[in-house]
Amino acid sequence: MAVALVLVVIVVGSVLFHVLSPWWSTPIASNWSYIDNTMVVTFWITGTVFSAIVLFMAYCIYRFRHREGSQAAYEPENRKLETWLTAVTALGVTALLAPGLFVWSHFITVPKDATEVEVVAQQWQWNFRLPGASGKLGSSNTRLVSTDNPLGVNPDDPNSKDNIIVVGEDLHLPVGKPVKMVLRSIDVVHDFYVPEFRARMDLVPGMVTYFWFTPTRTGTFEVLCAKLCGVGHAFMRGVVKVDTEQDYQAWLQQQQTFAQMTAAQKTGALERPAGSANEVAAKAN
Amino acid sequence: MTDVTPQGTEFIPPAEVTEVELYHPHSWWTRYVFSQDAKVIAIQYAGTAMSIGFVALVLSWLMRLKLGFPDTFSFISADAYFQFMTMHGMIMVIYLLTALFLGGFGNYLIPLMVGARDMVFPYVNMLSYWIYLLAVLVLVSSFFAPGGPTGAGWTLYPPQAITSGTPGGSSWGIILMLISLILFIIGFTMGGLNYVVTVLQARTRGMTLMRLPLTVWGIFTATVMALLAFPALFVACVMMLFDRLIGASFFMPAMVDMGQQSAHNGGSPLMYQHLFWFFGHPEVYIVALPAFGIVSDLISTHARKNIFGYRMMVWAIIVIGALSFVVWAHHMYVSGMYPYFGFFFATTTLIIAVPTAIKVYNWVLTLWRGDIHLTLPMLFALAFIITFINGGLSGLFLGNVVVDVPLSDTMFVVAHFHMVMGVAPVLVVFGAIYHWYPKITGRMLNETLGRIHFWVTFLGTYMIFFPMHYIGLVGIPRRYPELGDTAFVPPSVHTLNEFITIAALVVGAAQLVFLFNLLWSIRHGRPAGDNPWRATTLEWQTAGTPPPHGNFGKELPVVYRWAYDYSVPGAPEDFIPQNVPDLPTQGSRA
Repeated sequence: MAVALVLVVIVVGSVLFHVLSPWWSTPIASNWSYIDNTMVVTFWITGTVFSAIVLFMAYCIYRFRHREGSQAAYEPENRKLETWLTAVTALGVTALLAPGLFVWSHFITVPKDATEVEVVAQQWQWNFRLPGASGKLGSSNTRLVSTDNPLGVNPDDPNSKDNIIVVGEDLHLPVGKPVKMVLRSIDVVHDFYVPEFRARMDLVPGMVTYFWFTPTRTGTFEVLCAKLCGVGHAFMRGVVKVDTEQDYQAWLQQQQTFAQMTAAQKTGALERPAGSANEVAAKAN
Repeated sequence: MTDVTPQGTEFIPPAEVTEVELYHPHSWWTRYVFSQDAKVIAIQYAGTAMSIGFVALVLSWLMRLKLGFPDTFSFISADAYFQFMTMHGMIMVIYLLTALFLGGFGNYLIPLMVGARDMVFPYVNMLSYWIYLLAVLVLVSSFFAPGGPTGAGWTLYPPQAITSGTPGGSSWGIILMLISLILFIIGFTMGGLNYVVTVLQARTRGMTLMRLPLTVWGIFTATVMALLAFPALFVACVMMLFDRLIGASFFMPAMVDMGQQSAHNGGSPLMYQHLFWFFGHPEVYIVALPAFGIVSDLISTHARKNIFGYRMMVWAIIVIGALSFVVWAHHMYVSGMYPYFGFFFATTTLIIAVPTAIKVYNWVLTLWRGDIHLTLPMLFALAFIITFINGGLSGLFLGNVVVDVPLSDTMFVVAHFHMVMGVAPVLVVFGAIYHWYPKITGRMLNETLGRIHFWVTFLGTYMIFFPMHYIGLVGIPRRYPELGDTAFVPPSVHTLNEFITIAALVVGAAQLVFLFNLLWSIRHGRPAGDNPWRATTLEWQTAGTPPPHGNFGKELPVVYRWAYDYSVPGAPEDFIPQNVPDLPTQGSRA
C-alpha cells in the first residue's frame, strides 16, 4: 500500500516538477525553434509513457500484493498483447523520429545566402575570421600558426588580405542574416556552444566542421566551450553580440584585416589586443 | 509455445561430454587465495570491484562538493576536479559495473544456474581475476604517480588526453590508465571465454538454452558482446600509447601544443572517437543486459509468477545486444563527423528502443495478476523499473539527432547516463545481493537496515538525477568544475546544485549502512536454509548452503522444466524447481 502510494507520488511529483520548474531552455535567439518544438513533443510522449507505466505499476503493486491465500496467475505468454504493444511502441518511436529527421535534414543543409564566419578555437580562447569585401576566406594551415599569425592564415593567398581577424575578442553578427559558422581548431577538440542559438558543433584539429543558423534577435550571448579541452575548459568563454545592421557595420569598420595585422607587426605595434584573452589564460593557469 | 511444464514421456538425452575432474585445493592458499573455484573467484571479483567502487563513490562526493559549494571548496582546483571526474567515471563503468556483473555475478551464478560443477576453464578463470586485480592496482598507482592520474575524462579523447594542457597528459597519468585498461581487457577476455563456453557446453542434462534463467541469458549475451567490443578499445588504447610514447600520429593531427608546433601530423581525432564508441556503446549494454536478466528473475521469484513472455525476453536480449553494435555514433552527433551519418544512427538508436520497451512491458506484466511479496529484492527490482524507464526515456531525447544538438555535452547527458546506468543497474546489484546473499553465506541480510538502505538510495538517487536533466536543459555544460558568473544561468540553478549535492551525500551515507549490513550479517544474520525465497532455479537446489566445491554433490541435477514454474495450477506448492520431474497435476496444464 505504502509502496504503491510512493510510486504515485513519484509520478505526480515528477510531472509537477516539470510543470512548475523555472529551469527550461534558455530563451532562443535563432531560427532553430524546430528543435524546441521537437523537444516539446518528446516531453509529451515520454511524460505520458512514464506516467502511464508507473501508475499501472502502482496499481499492480496494490491490487496484487500478497495476502493470505492469494495466488498468482499462470500465463507464460500472450502473443496478441505482445504484438500489439510492439506495434504501438514502434509507432510512438516513429512519431518521434520522423519529425526529428526532417529537422536534421534542414540542419545540415546550409542556405545559399549564408555568409561564412570562421571560428578558430585554441586552448583556451575563441578567435574569429570574417571574409572581407571579397567575400572569401583565405586558406589556412595549423603549421602557419605563430605568435605573429595566431590563426595560421596563409599570407600567400590573395583572398587572405582583407579577412577580418578577431583574436580573443567579441564576435558581432548582423541580426536576421543566415550565417555558416566554419569551425577550426589549432590544438585539441573544442565545441562552440551558445545555448540561445541551439545549433553548435565540435571544432576538431585537422578538420573543418560547420553548422549554420540565423540570429533572430539582438543581444549579447556567451560562448561556452562544450568539449573537455584541458584545465582551462570551463573558463574558455567568448561573447557573440548580435547587432542591428547599422551597429554591425560600425563594428566592422573598427576591425583589423589580416593585411593590417601583418603590417602592424612589421612596425612593432601591439601583436594582440589586450583584454579578455589574457584574462582567460591567466584564470586557467 | 514456450517450453513449460514437461511431458511425461520426455526423453532427457545423456550428457554429451564426460565430467571433468575438478581441481581440488590442498592448502589454505589454493582454497581461499589462488582458488580455481568460480564461487571463490566471484567473491574476489565482487570484493575488489566494490572496494574500488567505493573509492569512485568518494570521488563523486568531492565532485559534488565542488559543484554545489564552489566558494567553500575553491581549494579543489580544475585540475583535481578533472582527475576525480575521470577516475570516477572509468572506475564505475569498467572496474565496478562490468567487473561486478560479469566477473562477480557471472562467476557465481553461471555454473550454478546451468547445473555445472564449475566453469570449463578453471585455471584461466583464476588467472583472469589476478589480471583484473593487477589492472586495478595499476589504475590506483596513477593516483600516486608524478602529475597524478589522468584528467582527460573517462572518454579519454585525443588530442587533449595526451597533451600538457590536461592533467596526466604529458606525465604518467594517461600511460598508467591505458596500460590498466589493456590489462583489464586481457583479463576479461579470459573470463569471457569461460562464461560463454560454460553456457554453451556445460549445461546439465535437460537444460536446453530455452530453459535457462534470464539471468544467464543476460550475462551470456553481455559476455559475447564484450568479446566483440573490447577489442576496439584495446586497439584504441594501444594506438594512443604509441602516440604518447613514441610520437606516432594515429589520432594526433598537426597541432600547436602550448605555443609549440607538435611533431605529430596526419592523425585523426575522429578515428579514436569511432573506435572508442564502437566499444563504448555496447559497453553500456554489457552493463545493462545482466541487470535486465537478473531483474527478470527477481521479479518472477518474488511475485511468484512466471516472467511474462519469456521467449520475447530472450529475443529482446539478443536483438538489443546485436543492435547495440550499430548505434555508436549517437555519441558523436556533434563531433563534426559526416553529417549524413546522423540519419542512420538516429534511426538505429530509436529502433533499439522497441525491444527495450518490450522488456519493460513484460516486467510490468509479470506483476499483473501476480502474488507480490514486497521483499527487499522485489523493492529494488521495482525501483529499477522506474529509474530505468526514466533514464531510457531521456535517451529518446538524445537519440533523436537534432534534439541532441543543444543537449549534447550538457548536464542532461550526465543525468541520463547516471539514471540509466548508474542508478538502475546499481539498484539491481543491490537487489541481487539481498536475493543471493543467503545462498552465498547461509544467512539473511538484516531487514530493517535493508529497508533504510532501500528507501534512502531509491528516493535519494531519483532526487539527484531527475532535476539534473533540467540543469542541462538550461544549457549548462558537463565537465565544468564551476560556473562562475555566467549571465544566462539564474541563481536558482546554483540552489538546485546545492540541493543535489546534499542529496548525494545522504545517499552516500546510506551505502555505509549497506556495507555494515553485509559485514554484520555474516555472523549475525538469520540462518537462511537452502531456499529461503522458494525459488525454482538450480542454484537454490544445491547440496548444502553455502554450496560446496562441486556445487551439486555426487549427482548433477537433471532439468525437466523451464525456470519459471511459479504458481502452476494444481501443483502442491507455488513453485516447482527446475530439477523436479513431471508431477501428477489436477486440472489442465497451461
